[in-house]
Amino acid sequence: MIDGLMIRALYGILYREFLRFFQQRARFLSALVRPLIWLLVFSAGWRQTQGLAPYAPYETYIPYEVYMIPGLCAMIQLFNGMQSSLSMIYDREMGSMRVLLTTPLPRWFILVARLFAGVAVSLLQVYAFLAIAFFFTYFEFLELDIAAIGYITVLPALILCGFMLGALGMALSATVKQLENFAGVMNFVIFPMFFISSALFPLWRIKDLSYTFYQFCTYNPFTYAVELIRFALHGQFYAEGALVVAVTSVIALGLAIYAYDPSRGLKAKGKRG
Amino acid sequence: MTDLSLDKNSNLGTNQTPAISIEGVSYNYGKRLALDDVSFQVLPGQFTALLGANGAGKSTLLSLITRLFDTANGTISIDGKSFASHGSKALAPLGVVFQQTTLDLDLSVRQNLRYFARLRGLPSSLANQRIEETLSALEMYERVDERIRDLNGGHRRRVEIARSMLHQPKLLLLDEPTVGLDIHTRRVIVNHIHNLAKNDNVAVLWTTHLMDEIWDEDHLIVLDKGKIIEDGTVKEILAKNGESSVSDAFESIIVQEEERLK
Repeated sequence: MIDGLMIRALYGILYREFLRFFQQRARFLSALVRPLIWLLVFSAGWRQTQGLAPYAPYETYIPYEVYMIPGLCAMIQLFNGMQSSLSMIYDREMGSMRVLLTTPLPRWFILVARLFAGVAVSLLQVYAFLAIAFFFTYFEFLELDIAAIGYITVLPALILCGFMLGALGMALSATVKQLENFAGVMNFVIFPMFFISSALFPLWRIKDLSYTFYQFCTYNPFTYAVELIRFALHGQFYAEGALVVAVTSVIALGLAIYAYDPSRGLKAKGKRG
Repeated sequence: MTDLSLDKNSNLGTNQTPAISIEGVSYNYGKRLALDDVSFQVLPGQFTALLGANGAGKSTLLSLITRLFDTANGTISIDGKSFASHGSKALAPLGVVFQQTTLDLDLSVRQNLRYFARLRGLPSSLANQRIEETLSALEMYERVDERIRDLNGGHRRRVEIARSMLHQPKLLLLDEPTVGLDIHTRRVIVNHIHNLAKNDNVAVLWTTHLMDEIWDEDHLIVLDKGKIIEDGTVKEILAKNGESSVSDAFESIIVQEEERLK
């Protein structure tokens, strides 16, 4: 049951997450610069060779930058999810997590609230990115074709994808004992998830090139997140994507809650005196 | 379970609900027994010092009291509410000061305290009032807008104590809170916490290695190899062991225990 304490606590966790986010200006800038470099450099370089024939949800030929936008939105959320999990490990090492865990809040609520705060920050980043992309379109640097309604219909998809990627990061953070080990996670989780997906190339084209690679892409929940965002940006609902993303979120969150259960203790135990 | 709320003005020695009650608690790290059938109580207004050498089990005990670890062996109740029946809600009357700094270094003192106040469900106006009161009591209010990173160790510790008091806990748990602090800051903190126990009827459980932080009227628990080997007032323990200082009594108790185990 959600009570008044939980609502105030959720507000507190959001308050801290946004304070930290705005104080870490480099984090905000890198969250924007990374996808913008992809958008401007890669799409400019590949737009002549990577124009795409019509396929759902697109109704006509599209320039490559139009194809890339959903993948880049998902990329922002992927990095933010991992950044949130990095901050969980940091909080655990610095002791701030202990402060949270010794409040009279249920463990599951603490983790869901942290997740919610991470999703809220990722939404801010994605919309800032979309605003900049819109600016480039307005001045005809790019040819993005997103209807105004698309910016609204994409919101539920972004929330769901943010939860999945945040929950995956949270489950990972419970298994990483030290901050230094997180670099390995970056290499073994973020990059494979992003590149072995439909973020950069459509699945039909990947299938033409390599059936094995295509199969890996279809096993990757990130592919479904990208496609869910893609359809939602064009005002359409991709049921299969929503289902995979929702189920993956629940499993990852369940694993995270299991890993932070007090009966098993925290992974990073304090000194024993 | 009946809710036996503490009367803040009640006197010691009456039939009060203990601020914390630990009954038959044991804990293992694999095959190693860290706590062995530990039982004790801390009453409202009582300053209890928990003494023990490194490896005695103090940190394990504190982790169990704060529910960072959980055990099926034994019962821990805070203000009459056990973890087994009330879950994390039993932590509501608990304030904690960890040995390690747990403040957010990049936020200001005010931001850190506001964050904690919200976690404890305090409305903004009440939080602001308590922030001013608790920081003023520790002579820290003038630094309320400074970042924690810019404060020295003693000031950070005062902020942590202020934070632990924001929700007016009935039980205050402090894990070696004066480690690494200068003599003046140590004295200020030790006096402040003793006064909280005496004047505000807060139960205090204070782990330490520093014997001069323990006063004659305090309650003392000595933990050795996961077992409680002494539990009483300082005066009683000094008299029982024929010693005049806590440090001599502590050494004598440990030596006696080792001889008993041989």
